[in-house]
Formats: sequence, C-alpha cells, structure tokens
Amino acid sequence: MAKPIALECRGITKTFGRVVANKNCDLEVYHGEILAILGENGSGKTTLMNMVAGIYFPDEGRIFINGEEVTIASPKDAFAYKIGMIHQHFKLVDLFSATENIILGLEEQKKYNLKVAEEKVDEICHKYGFEIDPRKKIYNMSVSEKQTVEIIKVLYRGADILILDEPTAVLTPQETQKLFAVLRRMRDDGKCIIIITHKLHEVLSLSGRVTVLRKGEYIGTVNTAETTESQLTEMMVGKKITLNIDRAEPQNVTDRLEVQHISSVDALGNTVLDDISFTARSGEILGIAGIAGSGQREMLEAIAGLHHLTGGDIYYHNPKTGQIDDLRNKTPIQIRDLGVRLSFVPEDRLGMGLVGNMDIVDNMMLRSYRKGRGMFLHRREPKDLAEHIIHDLQVVTPGASTPVRHLSGGNVQKVLVGREIAASPTVLMAAYPVRGLDVNASYTIYNLLNQQKERGTAVIFVGEDLDVLLELCDRIMVINGGRIAGIVDGRTARKDEIGLLMTKSQEKEDALHGEN
Amino acid sequence: MAKTEKTLAPLVHIVKRDPGSVTWKYRLLVRAIAVLAALLLSGILITLLTKKNPLAVYGSMVSGVFGSPRRIWNMLQGVAMLLCVSLAVTPAFKMKFWNIGAEGQVLISGLACVATMMFLGSALPTGLLILVMVAVSILAGTIWAVLPAIFKAYWNTNETLFTLMMNYVATQLVDYFLKVFVKDGSGVLTPMPQFGLPVIGNQAYLLNVLIVAVVTVLAYIYLKYSKQGYEISVVGESENTARYIGINVKKVIIRTMLLSGAICGLAGLLLVGGTNHTISTTTAGGRGFTAIMVSWLGKFDPLYMVLTSFLLVFLDQGAQQVSTDFRISSSISDIVIGIILLFIIGCEFFLQYRVVTRKNRKENV
Amino acid sequence: MVAFLVSAIRLGMSLLLGSTGETITEKVGHLNLGIPGIMCVGAACGCYAEYLYFKAVGVAVVPILAIIIPLIAALIGGALMGLLFSFLTITLRANQNMTGLAITTLGIGLSEYIINEATTIFTKGSKYFTAPLIPFTDRLGVFGDLVLEYGVFVYLALAIAIVTTYVLNKTRVGLHLRAVGENPATADAAGINVSKYRYVATCIGCAIAGLGGLAFIMDYLKGNWEYCVDTIGWLAIALVIFTVWNPTIAIFGSVAFGALYVASSYIPGVSFAGKALFKMLPYVVTLLVLIITSMRKKREHQPPQSLGLSYFREER
Repeated sequence: MAKPIALECRGITKTFGRVVANKNCDLEVYHGEILAILGENGSGKTTLMNMVAGIYFPDEGRIFINGEEVTIASPKDAFAYKIGMIHQHFKLVDLFSATENIILGLEEQKKYNLKVAEEKVDEICHKYGFEIDPRKKIYNMSVSEKQTVEIIKVLYRGADILILDEPTAVLTPQETQKLFAVLRRMRDDGKCIIIITHKLHEVLSLSGRVTVLRKGEYIGTVNTAETTESQLTEMMVGKKITLNIDRAEPQNVTDRLEVQHISSVDALGNTVLDDISFTARSGEILGIAGIAGSGQREMLEAIAGLHHLTGGDIYYHNPKTGQIDDLRNKTPIQIRDLGVRLSFVPEDRLGMGLVGNMDIVDNMMLRSYRKGRGMFLHRREPKDLAEHIIHDLQVVTPGASTPVRHLSGGNVQKVLVGREIAASPTVLMAAYPVRGLDVNASYTIYNLLNQQKERGTAVIFVGEDLDVLLELCDRIMVINGGRIAGIVDGRTARKDEIGLLMTKSQEKEDALHGEN
Repeated sequence: MAKTEKTLAPLVHIVKRDPGSVTWKYRLLVRAIAVLAALLLSGILITLLTKKNPLAVYGSMVSGVFGSPRRIWNMLQGVAMLLCVSLAVTPAFKMKFWNIGAEGQVLISGLACVATMMFLGSALPTGLLILVMVAVSILAGTIWAVLPAIFKAYWNTNETLFTLMMNYVATQLVDYFLKVFVKDGSGVLTPMPQFGLPVIGNQAYLLNVLIVAVVTVLAYIYLKYSKQGYEISVVGESENTARYIGINVKKVIIRTMLLSGAICGLAGLLLVGGTNHTISTTTAGGRGFTAIMVSWLGKFDPLYMVLTSFLLVFLDQGAQQVSTDFRISSSISDIVIGIILLFIIGCEFFLQYRVVTRKNRKENV
Repeated sequence: MVAFLVSAIRLGMSLLLGSTGETITEKVGHLNLGIPGIMCVGAACGCYAEYLYFKAVGVAVVPILAIIIPLIAALIGGALMGLLFSFLTITLRANQNMTGLAITTLGIGLSEYIINEATTIFTKGSKYFTAPLIPFTDRLGVFGDLVLEYGVFVYLALAIAIVTTYVLNKTRVGLHLRAVGENPATADAAGINVSKYRYVATCIGCAIAGLGGLAFIMDYLKGNWEYCVDTIGWLAIALVIFTVWNPTIAIFGSVAFGALYVASSYIPGVSFAGKALFKMLPYVVTLLVLIITSMRKKREHQPPQSLGLSYFREER
C-alpha cells in the first residue's frame, strides 16, 4: 500500500453491563480509500465506530491516528483528530438554516459571520458536488438533504476521516447513487471514508476493502475486488445457518384483506405509498420485505386506520357474515365496530403498542377496556389474561403488576404479541416483531405467528432478516420506495432475487410511467 | 496505556436510577428529609429574624393551626378549598395538560356566583337560587377551562401560556364588575350571607369540608377505576398509544378540561356562595398556583393530595401565626412556603438520579 | 397626549426589561414562571440598597452612586434568584413550572420582607432615576418631552433589548444559545456545554428582569412602593409571547402594553370601571397572538422547541 495509514484500531473491547458489544476488534483504514464495515444488525459496527468518534470510551484497546496513539474521550477530541461521524439519527436543529447547523458549536477565532460561512459551505458543495441551499431551513428539507447537511458539517470542520453509519437506509436509490458519487469524489480527494452497512451490493459497488464483524468480533478484512458476494455473506453470517422455522402448508386459503391501489403522502407532501395493491389471505403468512422506511409502517398503519390515505381502498372479507367492507380512512374504533378482528403489533413497542409506565394488567386493558357496561373498568378479565400470557409465553417478570418498562425487550414483545393474539384476530399484522430479541424469544414469536396461520388468521409479517422471511413466509411482497417491487413465493424465491427487488432503482419504471 | 489515564471517568457523574430499584421506603425517607431540612432552615431563618427560641417558633406554628377550635376549622376550610382546586387540576395534569389557569377558573365562577346572588337573590326562592348558583358557577368554570383545551386539541396552542393569560383576564373582569356592581366606588362588595349556601351543623365551614371530602373520594375512584380515568392515563403517558388503540385524543383533552373546569367552578361556588358571600380579585388567593404543587407533590393521587394540601395549609397558617406572635412581617409565610416547596421539588432529583463519584464508580466496575 | 405616551413608555420599559430577561431564559429552553417573583426581589433589593445608601451618607448624596448602587443590587438580587432557579432546574433537573411558581412565591415573600425592613417611600432616590439623562431637553418642545426627556431606565432598557436581539441573532454565542433551547441533544453533540449556557443565560436573564422590577418602582411609580410588582412580571411573560420571542419587537410591544395599561387614565370619558377592562386588554391581545401564531404554524414564531424540558444527556 502506497497510501498512508489514517486510522488504526487494535484490540478494542467494549462491554455494556454483561453484553459484549465489541471484543478485541482490529481495524485499519488508509487515506484515499473507502472501507466498508459489514455486519448484521447487532454485530457491533456502530459501537466500534462510536468509540472512534468519541461517543463511547473503549474498555480496552488502542487507537492510532496517522500512526500516533491517541485518546479520544469526547466528540470534541474526535474533531481535533479530524474524525467526523454521520450518525443514523441526524443531530440538527430544525429551526436553523443549513449553515447555522453546520457552524454550530465551532469556536473559531474569527468573528462570527454567517455570510462568510455560507460561502464556505457553497465552496464545499461545489467541490464535492452537493446540491444544497445554505440558507434553507432544516424543517423544509428532505431526509437526503438533511444527511447532506450532516456530511457538510463534518467536512466544514476539516474532517479527513469520515464515518457514515448506514447512510443509505433512509435514501431512495437515486439519492443513494448521488451519495456514492460524492463519496467517491471525496475518496479521490484523499479523504478516508468508513461506511457502516449491511447491504452487500453497496459494499461491492463502493468500497475498496471490507472489514467484517460478526457478533462483536472481528472476522477479517478483504479487498473488494478479490471477493464475492457469497464469501462476504459467509463471513458476515458465519456458515450458512438453517433457521429451522417450521412452515406448514397453508390450509383453507381464502382472501381476507384486499388492498387496492392505496396511496398516501406525508406531512411534507412527499409520496410515501404509491399505488400499492395486494391481498392477504387467511391461513397464510405474507412477508413484507424492503429497506427500512420504504412505506412499511405507513402501509400497516393505513390498514389499522391510523394513516390517512389519499387514494385506493382496503376491502375486508368478513368470514362470519360474508360481507365485504371498505376500511379506507376509518378510525380504529369504526373498524372494530364493523366486526373486523384486526390485531397489530407495531414497530414501536413501548411508544405505541404498550404504555411503559403501566403494569401488565393495565396494558392488557388497552385493547379491551371499553368492553363491559358502565363507566368503570373491569380488571378481572385483563388480570386473568395477563397471568395467562405470563404463564404461557414464559414472560420473565416479578408479577402482573410490574410496569412493562422494567421488562427486557423479549418479554415486552411477548406481552404485546400475547395481547394482540388474545383477541383471536382474523388479520394479524406484525412489524419487525423480533427486532432486538434473542434467539429463543424470536422462535417463540415465530411459533406464535405460525399458530395463528394454522388457525386461519391472515398474517402480515414485516421483517428485515431475509433468511427469516424466506423460511417463515408463504409469500413475500417486496416494497421499494412506497411501491410494490414484486411479490414472490416464499418457498422458491432466492435471497438475492429479493435483495435486488428491494434495492433496484425504479428509474426505468418511472420513465415508463411518464410515457403513459 | 499511559495516555488514557488522564481521561478517566468524570469526577462526578449523574446516572438515571432504575425506577424499579427505588423502594417506597427510600422515597418516603428522601421526602421526609427534604421536609425536615426545609423546616429546619425556615426555623433557623425565623429565629435569626426574631431572635427568639426556635422551639417557641415551632410551637407558635402548631398553635396557629391547632390552638383553638376556630383555628382548626380555619385549617379544615383551608385544606378543603386548596384540595378542591387541586382535585380540579389533577386530571388535566395526569394527561400532561399544564393547566395553570385554575386561579382564573375559580375566580370567574365566583364572579358568576356572586352575580347570581346579587341579581336573582331576592327574586328566587332559596332552593331554586342555590340550584342556579351551582349551575352558573360550574358553567363559568367549564367555559374558562375548555377554551384552552379546544385550542390545544385542534391547533396545539401552548396551554401553559394560554391558561396563564386567562387568569389575568378573569382577574380584570372581576375588577371591572366589582366597580360596576359597587356603586360607591370603593370596589368592595358587601357580603350577602342571606343568599349563601346553607350552613349545616352550625359550622360555617362544615358543608365545604363535607363536599370536598366527597369530591376527593369521587376523584380517586374516577381516576383509578373509570374508563375515562384510564383514557386520561393513556393519553398522558403516550399519545401515540392512545391513537393506536383508537382513543380520540382531542375528545379526551376537551372532556378532561370540562371536568377540570367544573371542579374549579365548584371551588368558586364554595368560596363565594359558601364562605365569603362576596368576591374580590384575591378570592382565589393564589390557590390555583398552590394547587399545582399540591397535585404534583401528591403524585396526582387524590388521597396523597389530602396530605400535601394539609402540609401547605399548615405552613401557611402556622407562619401567619408566627408573624403575629413575634411581630414580624406576614410575608414570612410566603418565604417559608417557598423554601419548603423548593426543597421538595429539588429532592425529586435524588429519587430519579444517582450521583456516581469517580471513586465509587471504580468500585462498581 | 404627550403625558400619556410618556407614561406608556415608562411603564413599557420596565415591562421590556422583564420580558427581555424572560426571553433570554426561554431561548435556552427555560420557561421561567419565577420571573414575577424575581422582579419583586430585584425591585426590593434595589430599593433596600438605596435606603441603606441614603441612611449612610445623609445629605451628601452622589447622584451617580444613587443610581449605580440600586442598579447593582437589583442585578445581583435577580441573578441570585436566577441561580437558585438554575440550580434546581438544571443541576437537579426539577420541573420548571413547579420551580418557577415556587420561586415566585418565595420572591414575593422575600421582597415584602425586605421592604418592611426599610420603608415604602423611595421618592428621594427616585428623583435620580427620573431625572432626564440628556440635559436641556425641556427646551426642545414636544419632541424633547416625548423622545429625550427620560431617566436612565428608558435608555438602559432600550439598549439591553437591542443588544440582546443582536447577540441572539448575530453572534456565535446567540446561535449556541438558541440551539440549546431548540434541541439540547444536538447542541451537546456539537460540543456546546448545555448546562453552562443554561446557567449563564438564566442568571443574566433574571438579573435583567430584576432591573425591570426596580424600574417599575423607581421610574414608573416614582419611588412609591406598591405590592404589585408581580403583576408586572406576569405581564412581562405575556409580552414575550406577544412579541414572539423577539426583544426588538418587544420594544414596540412593551409600549403598546404600557399604553393599554395606562390608557384609561388619559382617555377622557372612560369610567372608573372601564379602567379594569383596559388593563385586561394586554392579556387578551396576547391570547390572540398565541392563538394566531399556533394556527399559522410558522416555525419561527413558535416557542423554543424544548421549552420547559430538562436535559439529561443519557436519556434516550
């Protein structure tokens, strides 16, 4: 390597309580290269980089910048060593302009002058090909623009080492391409760029070398040019693991929920759902795959009556009456009054599905408290249900009167899923139900979903782990940028086929639509 | 590794307590220490100002509250009125709706009540008059409370500032009508005990105390056992969850503030129709603000609030007695209450956070 | 007419000081409902200092000292109350509404106690504050009366309001300060010491508000103590909302408020009772502004985003 070494980590270890986030990790990056750090969710990529950026302090290990050992105890120290990190959650003041955010916190000797700063921002934009108005307020910006501001913020501080934490998670394919072009230009300018990702195609198209982490441990580093997708996958997930999730043949499949051409926009007027049509059938698990933020949440919330649609219809085939009802833009109460037994396990468990400060019994009541006559609550049934769930699903808790906030993630999810299933739903929607859960708890959830399928529920499962989707679901619908990219058979589809549908640019189709 | 030495953990570091680890014994201990420390500090302060024996000062406080049947009744009346206003603000607070407008809600209903007494007093038979007084007072309180709620629900208008402004609008309205009603221009309205609420048991304050006792129990049941009370808790904890289970958040906000206003209306009725039989701009006497403290210190639980309102009334009345006995400014009562409140507010820190010094951090690791 | 405007301006300036102080604390995210109490304490400290000074020197009064000493006392009184508020809300992370209300109770009590130790008549000292700062203005006719013939407080208030606007909007410190109030987590990540900014801004804001209390007594009331400084404090909080957190707009807003407050005494034909309605107007227009801005949802006119919230770094 002719290029000088920029950053080197040796034997980094970090533990949080009993959880080992990083164990003896090594890393080296050169100036003028793009290094990808690849790993599954929870493999310790972000933690490792947070230590370089001064957010956490390592328990053990040494960090070298340009060959010299350094101590990075705060983000300020990191800046001093010209390290800048762009986090997944942007840290921007909404009310400020781009430039104001960019210069925030800087203690320059020069007099404060917004004009000069704006010019300097323009200069950086020009140099690397960003398109942004330095005077535009953050609250008027798209996600991609906000990310651009974060990157410029780091560059403005003269960073030589840029760390990007899953930068494409929130971007459209076109925006991703634009970002990559910018990153390549920065690389050519001699910057050292580290990109954290779990998407193979990004690694292959962008990086010069790849470092792979698995479960907090350093697995190895390879040159991108000399590697293949399957080699990387193997490094990332270890040897091919069969998950052994049971999958019964669907029985008595009938149409239950018919979604037709639904569309919607967000508060800023951007399209989030674009002409989505599909049918969920009883006795079947329909998987939903897609990059985070492709419209999964809005789609489920629209069905549950929580997200306003601008167009389309949602028909529910009532198995009892044989009637077909349109659920479009009905409130959750109206939907329930129609006799639709719809259960929904939302992504945000403690912020939406449950109330953290309430105990298990009171959380059971969330769905059922209206039942019964009079103005008073009936706590007996929910109490029985709570004890039932604690027993059946082996929820680890001191008792039914413990606030759910005190439970671990897996137990919280058991409480939530248990409650939703207890309503014996005809449609069960679950968004990322195993996120953050350990293996045992995950299998408990898979089993519960399968049981529901077998008793004739139409299950909609939004997942992020393609292996799980492929082993659990009967059909998999892939959404991409608020649109359906394809619906494949869960038994025959290949992983890379789905990956491609999730990520492929839809520009061509856009062009076609334009002609029509 | 020599270099890492200098960037050890900070000297003192504050960490959030695991809420499960805080026992009720610890809670009680911390709060008791805070109250005692504040009492001690106030005692020292008063002693310094009066140069009298501190024990005599505390003795004077106790005698000011329990020294005679009249004082005890005054205390009971004080507790009842403060508690009534506190009960009014509690449902809203539980919903995280910062209603600091109880003062205005009480005043405006008092005004409505006094107007009824003035203009209909001699025209209606007693029974009917009382009914009208009740209805009009409660109606006035609800209107004053529901306005900010509507704007909060539909336009997310800051309710703290809204209710604060409404207080002063109410105060000035009372001022205005006092000047209109009172022809001699003194602005002091002669009491009209002949049109007041009935006196039972020959005790002027007994009716008030009984009514508030009933309201306390009802409020406790409402908040803890009713469906509406449950909805209030859910909305207060997480609006998103409320939406998810189909609660109409706007409706709950407005309904809860209607209730809040109605209880304030009741307080206005009891103060004007049941006690003073007249009104002035200070009839509410800052209870709207003190009630916020009572409710918050009592953790929004009506039964605890009986204790917290007693504490505040005890301090107020006791300090007044001290100021009379030792001939110091009556403002001492405000000072003592301010000190106690600040101590109690401050002590919450020790319930929610833990201070870790560098030394004991090492031991932990 | 001139007398009316002059009176409105003089009342307005004590409101302006109070609201500028409150604006500064609100900009760093502190809804300080203790301002009324703090203004009381500021006024009382200033008056007490004047009382002590006069008692000490007898007739040999140095005019400049008669102004400076109360000013400093008011500043210190306000700042100390601000420090107490900051300690509770920043270090102990106490609820701001509660702390503010308790501070107001304490402040009113303290100020009354202090005044009872002295006297309620400060007309002798007031002379030095109301004496026109610029000489020979009485020869300039109406213009001079209206624009130039004020004591030190009017110019002080104007200067403080203008400097505050400048600092908030045109300097790095101001940028950091606003960032702390809008989004403390972001400010923290950018390397800004959130606690330090909150402490300093709150104490400065409270000191300025303390001056406002003194201005009310010494300038507007011409040295006759009245137990109503706290009402001016609440009016000052209203003014902050009315002027959408901008001290320069507050210059005009404060005069408008002052005018509404004193109008009844100068407009012929207003009944005795009508005065009370006039005094209600500032609150009503503030309500209207609050409602209209919340309906228009213009981001620049909303309260600072983290107003009323304590910040704890490790909370997620």
